[in-house]
Amino acid sequence: MTIRVQEHEDAMSAPTTPTASTPSGAGVLKPAQLLASLPEAFRKLDPRVMVTSPVMFVVWIGSVLTTVFSFKDPGDWFGWTISAWLWLTVLFANLAEAVAEGRGKAQADTLRKAKTDTVARRVDGGTVPGTALRVGDLVVCEAGDVIPGDGDVVEGVASVDESAITGESAPVIRESGGDRSAVTGGTKVLSDRIVVRITTEPGKTFIDRMISLVEGAARQKTPNEIALNILLASLTVVFLLACATLPSFADYAGARLTLVVLVALLVCLIPTTIGALLSAIGIAGMDRLVQRNVLAMSGRAVEAAGDVSTLLLDKTGTITLGNRQAAAFVPVRGTTEAEVADAAQLSSLADETPEGRSVVVLAKERYGLRERHRGELVGAEWISFTAQTRMSGVDVDGRRIRKGAAGSVTAWVRERGGEVAEDTERLADGIAEAGGTPLLVAVEDADGARILGVVHLKDVVKHGMRERFEELRRMGIKTVMITGDNPLTAKAIADEAGVDDFLAEATPEDKMALIKREQAGGKLVAMTGDGTNDAPALAQADVGVAMNTGTSAAKEAGNMVDLDSNPTKLIEIVEIGKQLLITRGALTTFSIANDVAKYFAIIPALFAAVHPGLDKLNIMRLSSPDSAILSAVIFNALIIMVLVPLALRGVRYRPMSADRMLRRNLAVYGLGGLVAPFVGIKLIDLLLSLIPGIG
Amino acid sequence: MGPVTAGVLQALALIGALALAHIPLGNHMVRVYTSPRHLRIEKWIYRGIGADPDTEMRWPAYLRGVLAFSFAGVLFLYLLQRLQGVLPGSLGFDSVAPAQAFNTAASFVANTNWQSYYGEQTMGHVVQTAGLAVQNFVSAAVGMAVAVALVRGFARARTGELGNFWSDLVRGVTRVLVPLAVVGALILVACGVVQNFSGIHEVGQFTGGVQQWNGGAVASQEVIKELGTNGGGYFNANSAHPFENPTPFSNLFEIFLILLIPVALTRTFGLMVGSVRQGYAVLATMAALWIGFVALMMWTEFAHPGPAPQAAGGAMEGKELRFGIGGSSLFAVTTTLTSTGAVNSFHSSYTGFGGGITMLGMMLGEIAPGGVGSGLYGMLIMAVVAVFIAGLMVGRTPEYLGKKIGPREIKLAALYILITPALVLVFTSLSMALPTPPDSMLNPGAHGFSEILYAFTSAANNNGSAFAGLNADTDWFNTTTGLAMLLGRFLPMVLVLALAGSLAAQQPVPATAGTLRTEKPMFSGLLAGAVLIIVGLTYFPALALGPLAEGLA
Repeated sequence: MTIRVQEHEDAMSAPTTPTASTPSGAGVLKPAQLLASLPEAFRKLDPRVMVTSPVMFVVWIGSVLTTVFSFKDPGDWFGWTISAWLWLTVLFANLAEAVAEGRGKAQADTLRKAKTDTVARRVDGGTVPGTALRVGDLVVCEAGDVIPGDGDVVEGVASVDESAITGESAPVIRESGGDRSAVTGGTKVLSDRIVVRITTEPGKTFIDRMISLVEGAARQKTPNEIALNILLASLTVVFLLACATLPSFADYAGARLTLVVLVALLVCLIPTTIGALLSAIGIAGMDRLVQRNVLAMSGRAVEAAGDVSTLLLDKTGTITLGNRQAAAFVPVRGTTEAEVADAAQLSSLADETPEGRSVVVLAKERYGLRERHRGELVGAEWISFTAQTRMSGVDVDGRRIRKGAAGSVTAWVRERGGEVAEDTERLADGIAEAGGTPLLVAVEDADGARILGVVHLKDVVKHGMRERFEELRRMGIKTVMITGDNPLTAKAIADEAGVDDFLAEATPEDKMALIKREQAGGKLVAMTGDGTNDAPALAQADVGVAMNTGTSAAKEAGNMVDLDSNPTKLIEIVEIGKQLLITRGALTTFSIANDVAKYFAIIPALFAAVHPGLDKLNIMRLSSPDSAILSAVIFNALIIMVLVPLALRGVRYRPMSADRMLRRNLAVYGLGGLVAPFVGIKLIDLLLSLIPGIG
Repeated sequence: MGPVTAGVLQALALIGALALAHIPLGNHMVRVYTSPRHLRIEKWIYRGIGADPDTEMRWPAYLRGVLAFSFAGVLFLYLLQRLQGVLPGSLGFDSVAPAQAFNTAASFVANTNWQSYYGEQTMGHVVQTAGLAVQNFVSAAVGMAVAVALVRGFARARTGELGNFWSDLVRGVTRVLVPLAVVGALILVACGVVQNFSGIHEVGQFTGGVQQWNGGAVASQEVIKELGTNGGGYFNANSAHPFENPTPFSNLFEIFLILLIPVALTRTFGLMVGSVRQGYAVLATMAALWIGFVALMMWTEFAHPGPAPQAAGGAMEGKELRFGIGGSSLFAVTTTLTSTGAVNSFHSSYTGFGGGITMLGMMLGEIAPGGVGSGLYGMLIMAVVAVFIAGLMVGRTPEYLGKKIGPREIKLAALYILITPALVLVFTSLSMALPTPPDSMLNPGAHGFSEILYAFTSAANNNGSAFAGLNADTDWFNTTTGLAMLLGRFLPMVLVLALAGSLAAQQPVPATAGTLRTEKPMFSGLLAGAVLIIVGLTYFPALALGPLAEGLA
């Protein structure tokens, strides 16, 4: 059979995608996986489990009926063969679900290992088992201890190994107060001592929730899945009616329809393909998030991600690199660029901030000034950058060089009776208007104190962001940059990055107001956040992704947690949400379109004997009525297995407009769904006709 | 000019006339259903029935209005027929028997106009005029009201209110149907349709026998029969009768009347939801299906093999010479793709495929362009289903006109598409399985089966046309088709109004580049495909044993 199913790479290959947590083996279906899931697939034959999927439950009942019927007529090989393939149809559906679930199980086992029985030392001295902790308990954790439960650090600072949940081996710092206070049960303290206030009941901790999520135990049907199930159930009823009323019509025409044939017709017509794969698609969608180290607390949030029309993105870390960098040296009148570069470099050697380092780097790259080491300059007195002075510099060879914030440097020059060049202010303002930050460079030597020039510090937009936002725009998603910068700076960066809008000098209240405003217009909003003051906005947003490094308040408020704490991932989450919905729609369309060919196989087989004209409908020229019905049933069963990889991996998703996407998917899955079964059934019939006694 | 050219030219003339006429009517109906002002005659009516036309109704209240009004209509019409024997102006006809009276009452209130009686031999002037003709107006107005309520569901935001049923009902009659009917009746009279209250005339026949002919208020009934997609003829021969449909022009004009309101309503819909293009996308689907069906019908009727059809230039059996194959095919397709059911030829005499086309037209749910009101809401329900499946393929929770199609919406739409197949298949199956109902068949074999399948398809879809051949005046058929008509009319209305209520309560989602564009030709094509596939799959086995078996033999 040559059903062409699109084999594609995962679509998440945009330039900014982090590679730290690239999933291993995503989308590949290994035979070993199938084998391992087989026992589970048999276990799911339990009618109490089957009943949750109405379409497959009908197939299950049909299988039971045909089997019973075959026992009454044991010599009828046709009845037995149909029964066998109907059971296989059910089994394939269960297998698809079991394989999807199986992928989460491995991850759950790893997590369980982290959740060993812990002993908690209460701050008042006594020890209790970790499972007996209550919310509000204060426990002490020292180097080597496993933290017994989720909580916030209320005292001390410690390095913590969180590899059990994030897979990242580098330790992280957790300290009381601020946005780095949350600790997760099951992680390990590597150094120092902290006191943790427990915030979660045992059994409901982050790690417990993670286990149930990846195992699919907590899986609830999402609204769209429920809606699709209703539509499929309704189609099933329609076909049930069509088949149940057929014997009375056939009797009149003089054709006797057996129960086996009727069940075969029914199973071929009801949307078994999508019915069998529906839950696997949902589980696999969640799984794709888990593989990218994102935990969605509900499937509803994943679906909502597909509908998002406004993305709130934090500027720092998402749109721009973390820090500002020196981009140019601008001399005031009477000095040269090289002079400014030299002075800026010297004065920045004692500045260990990223901005200071970038000045040295720029001087080296742009002006070939070799980086001088502090030991080289004998007798130099270094003035380090501090938050109070907001200046760094050096006193050497009778020259005092300073570099720093405009206000501080101007004051320093004036203090020394120097002149501030009249174009200084103009240059500095020009840089600020362009979205940059001006730093002044000044010197005091034999000629007195004076300003030499201005260092242009600017935010560096991450590579590829403009293209990314362009894609999002084509998908109909508006991006809003959130920044604490002043409006002027914000606008300049927004223009450079190509975002649609920005929120400058943003406070948590502003964010909240923006979200509510968008939602009032019917839009769905997604955002990321980590601080406690983000919590209300995270809760308000339709998709709130909390950073794992954030506070427990933020993690509670959001409906997703990113273990990598990478704000750019929001874009991937949206794409995964869309992919999930597209996969459902594509397989539903495919499933319904398949029915046309099945009718052309089965109807002539049933009635050509009494109405010879109907044999003209046998356009596939199938070899015999038995073979035609059997081929349709076999195709119907096999197509499920053929499509399992697609269901697990998801239909390829590339950002494009809705129109183009619809045209493309209709062509592949609508037209493909019409044509594929004609080819498939004919091929199966050719194979069957080689078996003696059928052809 | 050959008959094929004539047929094609008639179809083109029809399309041209509708393209001109639907614009002012569509605009007018927007004003009718949105204006806050009442006409004086309307105020009298509201006072008479004790209704407040200015209260906004939520969907249960709107539905109660629809059901109460229609139930009263069934009761009144039933009693009128049962008492005919003692009423004056009844041409001396007896009271109608209970089963047939129930069937007829159900039929006219459900806008079906299935007739298991001979009009000119059963109903006197009082029943025809005060009973049947009144229902021809109000049952059409009820359908339009429900459609407008659904349109308001799409157009409104964050409210459960769907308008006022009494106001919509009354205005549909006073401002749309009556004015159009007056103009239409005058044109029909000018064409030669009779309009009088004369009694029965005995006319001598060429062959020597005597025939009874009666006159009546035919033109006034004829115009609303078409305009309201009712279909109940004054005479048994319906629009094949020369008193109802005398000339090729009157024939074309009647087809125009059938299509006028359903076509114009798509413009009303577009204007009310704020985008005429959305209305035209729906109309494009309807038009594509209608044109496709007309083309297929003309092809199968003109090209039918066999010595008799070839001598006559096509399958002329059961068709009037003055209409020819073109005028008959146009009428047959139009009457079955709307919920009209008027006939100007005998569908039973069409070729096997031709009969199948009329049946398939009804099975589509009569949505191309469908009955007055019911065509629009039927097509919008199909649009909801098509959007749901296709919308997923663009990676968003499906939405239509800014309203999300969630579990509740799809539940209502899915039940809607379940109702008529259930009624048609179950009643047909029972009729085939029981010992006596098959006795009503006139023909053996596949054609006989088609007769029964056609009857229930026509009843459940509120068409009312008959394949002819089936003796439907038995207790079994009078009762079952009566039930099929009532359930096929009012169960869908319950679901449509519930859906309207749930849509109206929603906050619309603004359209972005990621939204499925439902005003594009792509979507119209998709919608037509969804309609054909879903219906085709439902009825394929039944059609295979009836018209297909006959056509392929």
